[in-house]
Amino acid sequence: MLTKRLIACFDVKNGMVTKARNFQDNIDIAPAQEVAKRIYDEQIDEIIFYDIMASAEKRMIDLPMVKRVAEEVFVPFTVGGGIRSLEDMYQVLKAGAEKISIDSMAVRHPEIITRGALAFGRQCMVLSMQVKKVPVTPQIPSGYEIAIDGARVFTGMDAIAWAKEGESRGAGEICVNSIDRDGTHQGYDLEITQAIAEAVNIPVIASGGAGTPEHLRRLFTETDVSAGIISSMLYSPRLPRNYTVAEIKAELGAAGIPLRPYREDL
Amino acid sequence: MIGVIDYRAGNAPSVYHALRRIGATASLVRTPEEIEQVDGLILPGVGAADATIVSLEEDNLIDAIYQEVLFKHKPFLGICVGLQIMFEHSDEDDTPCLGWLAGEVRQFPKTVRVPQIGYNEVRFLKDHPLVEDMGASDYFYFVNSYYAVPEDDIVLAEAEYGLPFCAMVASRNMMASQFHMEKSGQSGLKMLHNYVRIVEEGIPLC
Repeated sequence: MLTKRLIACFDVKNGMVTKARNFQDNIDIAPAQEVAKRIYDEQIDEIIFYDIMASAEKRMIDLPMVKRVAEEVFVPFTVGGGIRSLEDMYQVLKAGAEKISIDSMAVRHPEIITRGALAFGRQCMVLSMQVKKVPVTPQIPSGYEIAIDGARVFTGMDAIAWAKEGESRGAGEICVNSIDRDGTHQGYDLEITQAIAEAVNIPVIASGGAGTPEHLRRLFTETDVSAGIISSMLYSPRLPRNYTVAEIKAELGAAGIPLRPYREDL
Repeated sequence: MIGVIDYRAGNAPSVYHALRRIGATASLVRTPEEIEQVDGLILPGVGAADATIVSLEEDNLIDAIYQEVLFKHKPFLGICVGLQIMFEHSDEDDTPCLGWLAGEVRQFPKTVRVPQIGYNEVRFLKDHPLVEDMGASDYFYFVNSYYAVPEDDIVLAEAEYGLPFCAMVASRNMMASQFHMEKSGQSGLKMLHNYVRIVEEGIPLC
């Protein structure tokens, strides 16, 4: 049986993992490859790194960082930030990443999804979307709008319509990031996550708001998503307590959620 | 020395990093000459069957691989699309494949999300040096929309996604996994290490 995935997600700035709250106010944690190695040793299922300054500084993702991380982790590794062309994607994949996360770039140039999928396979293309709850209007019937550029620019696009378009253009997975829940540690936005999971037939990843294993238990029992992103709860000094992957998996396993088992003997 | 075939559409660096981590002597091979010099081969794969074959053809690698595997009987390990293209035909874009193994490659039913992405339980059906000390089953990372349907009795392991499907094959010197053993944590590294032993110690295969 296919298991649910726990994905550790880290924002990287100048090679350091940082923690953002509502996309602002970064604090440094540790060098990316150290964090990657630690979380791999904890038996995380998958890892995502976002180079959060690459887009704003109009430069390519930090390739040496990608390579250093790839040498330390032997689970799938996704990167995002500053990827603008097929050649950029090729460089990132050859540096050792498995998947490419595209976000604002995909909204501005949706054809990049198709071109990437044709060149490298749709499994490489993770369409990441920032969604915010807004009043329902004819233009935004789902009541969730797509934002870009670090959630600073609102696009007038409906979240569900964009998810469907992304799937038809060749995305292999969709990552739904809730702007309202990001950094709150109050739990995922289950409503929009489930609505998107029902609207597409590719795997959906939930992101934004995880603070406790209970939030993941609710995500996997109340929605049809394939994976949940966790971040602060693993390492943020701002949370009252952090959790190891083993602790999270023990709690989810006890709730009957299918997972890659945590191996005590490793 | 294990050669990881490094063609444009593949993910050879990930496999190479994993081999380095387990202490294997390995190199990335990009030319027919380099392919001839190694003791065993790994054909990594990601993406579409058609793009994989076109990419291998553009790099003039198919004849060289064929020589080493089918005539010199060097150990060969295909991964993911590297498994699929060993068969005769793939339904993905109606692609003719290498035809080393009898059978075809089909798409998962519409009742499941495709691609399949994530760790799935793999049950080992036979004893084989590649799955030695792996127990009865273990979890490995899959990324696939298609799966192989071999005609012969070469299925070494199976998994389930909408239906039971072939997760590994073994036929003489040819071995392959549908999952990414280079990206399946310690269990994957252990299986990769079994392959390294097959090559380095010359473990006989039947």
